Amino acid sequence: MKDNALLSVQDLRVWFELKRWGFFRAGFVRAVDGVSFQLGQGEAITVVGESGSGKTTLLRFILGLVLPTEGEITFDGRCLRAGNKRDHAWLRSKVGFVQQDPYGALAPFMSVHRILAEPMIVNNVPKSEHLQRIREALEEVRLIPVDDFINKYPHMLSGGQQQRLVVARAIILRPKLIVADEPVSMLDASVRVEVLELIKNIQRQHGLSVIYVTHDLSSVRYFSERAFVMYAGKLVEKAIVHEMIHNQLHPYTQALLRAIPDPEPENASRFREVPPGEPPNLINPPEGCRFHPRCPRIIKGLCDVDEPPEFEPNPGHFAACWLYK
Amino acid sequence: MSSMSQQFDRMASQGTTSPTSGGLVLKVENLYLHFCTAKGVVQAVDGVSFGLAPGKSLAIVGESGCGKTSLARAILRLLPRNVQTYTGHVFLDGTDVMQLSEEQFRRDVRWTKMSLVSQAAMNSLNPVLNVGLQVAEPLLLDHRASKKEAMERAREVFRIVGVPEAFLGRYAFELSGGMRQRAIIAMALMAKPPIVILDEPTSALDVLTQANIMNALKKIKQELQLTFILITHDIATSSDIADEVICMYAGQLVEHSTAQRFYRAPLHPYAEKLMASVPTLRMDRKPDFIPGQPPSLFNPPSGCRFAARCVKRFERCHEEPPLFAHGAEAVKCWLYEKG
Repeated sequence: MKDNALLSVQDLRVWFELKRWGFFRAGFVRAVDGVSFQLGQGEAITVVGESGSGKTTLLRFILGLVLPTEGEITFDGRCLRAGNKRDHAWLRSKVGFVQQDPYGALAPFMSVHRILAEPMIVNNVPKSEHLQRIREALEEVRLIPVDDFINKYPHMLSGGQQQRLVVARAIILRPKLIVADEPVSMLDASVRVEVLELIKNIQRQHGLSVIYVTHDLSSVRYFSERAFVMYAGKLVEKAIVHEMIHNQLHPYTQALLRAIPDPEPENASRFREVPPGEPPNLINPPEGCRFHPRCPRIIKGLCDVDEPPEFEPNPGHFAACWLYK
Repeated sequence: MSSMSQQFDRMASQGTTSPTSGGLVLKVENLYLHFCTAKGVVQAVDGVSFGLAPGKSLAIVGESGCGKTSLARAILRLLPRNVQTYTGHVFLDGTDVMQLSEEQFRRDVRWTKMSLVSQAAMNSLNPVLNVGLQVAEPLLLDHRASKKEAMERAREVFRIVGVPEAFLGRYAFELSGGMRQRAIIAMALMAKPPIVILDEPTSALDVLTQANIMNALKKIKQELQLTFILITHDIATSSDIADEVICMYAGQLVEHSTAQRFYRAPLHPYAEKLMASVPTLRMDRKPDFIPGQPPSLFNPPSGCRFAARCVKRFERCHEEPPLFAHGAEAVKCWLYEKG
């Protein structure tokens, strides 16, 4: 356990209840089911997973948009009661959010000035500070000269500039943590790295922590230290990014990374390796390890019966898989 | 307008690098497509020429707004109403389909000679018709086949793309994203066209679903000997089925190369930079970015359109470079003037 953890989550569960008729309960969607991790001060991590793996729910929990069903959550030394609205509202004001789609995330009828003032109005920042803070934020995301941009509207900006404005909005309340949901997937290849480098610089300068949520590890591998792989509501592997790329342990991680192509002409003459089947239904997930129906290295009588705990075969490298008992 | 027609004349007099129609499945010559908008004329496709040999699949790559989708629409004549200029030649097996009337084109070319898997394929199925009927439609149009024959063929194409036959009677909402995408691909294969144009077929899908679709496409390509034209901004995905690559920038074709050349060592400075900005998982190479922005297509700069962002620019770049042949490749850059 690290002492300087900014966010620490133990056994987090976020379940959504299905329709209920009288006494009859149809069940729950176990979107996040027993997730534990720690995020250090100034650390950047990546959460990788397919859609439906629960990574968006995890992100929405960190943003305070969904209340967890249970779990021990500590943020910046303060213990949060699971499901307490006031605690989560407090958490929300400490976290900045970088959305996936800048075109959708910026109100078209607001000027840059107004877009950046909005979070400060909501959070009761004195009005006298607004302009100063807006100028600082725009300078930090290098939308300079500031006077050229401050009165523009989102449609006057290019995709990369819009995304930088979204980053500026995320840092204007001086949060300790930034959560970025697929921050560059809507941008063109040629500006992606520019935006990621910008976030990295802001992170270094202010000692912020960053959580990237993405399905594409290759784009953020140089910008985060650790990576978590999520499958069917659980974190199945946690490791340093380099280890995750060159020495994955969990069979799911191996399958996922093998399916990501690199631009090579040889790809045209070979098939991509894909595990058979589909991710499980989260209302009624399989017994034991949730990946066992698709796993090529299944141990019969163990993987389909008992849920694997987290093992640590190499220091700092965790995998929830019976192969590493 | 006059400068454009001059440019047109110049390009036409230079001819193209490919031999005239002989042996090519598809040949595009000096294709221009300009749109009228409230802000002015958008030069979406500006003098594109290329040829494609039989049995080769082509990837068209470029950033958003570079005109790659417009190029596909121009080839298939699926145009919106606000077209200002639409000129050039598209030879399909030696006949210029641009000369056909709209009705002839619809009857004899679309679906049967060339078909399109459109960009929003995920949402382009009709929610109130069952999937089988929609997939069979290209054969039912113009009474190309009886309903029984069409459904028989629909069953066959479903097998080819890997969708269980039972899905024929289902509705779009009952299918997962990957299945819907496969159904749309099945529709494009219905009338056995030799050329299938795929516009961003996997951009809305997950990594694993994407891998499955690309595998299915590869299998189809091998088994049916089709020509695929894949339009995408995802360069890693394009390498899955490309034998040749066309790179577009600001409405123009800047490089046409073999896959070997393009993914290993592209010729055009823009293509080189673009490849350097693609992140890779296995190679330890930190991706780079291209400073600046692509030019506006309302009023593109004269001369090379990439010159303002190019690190290799020199005096000559203020003149527009023609498409130079460089071995088997073609590249629109003064650096390759001598070939």
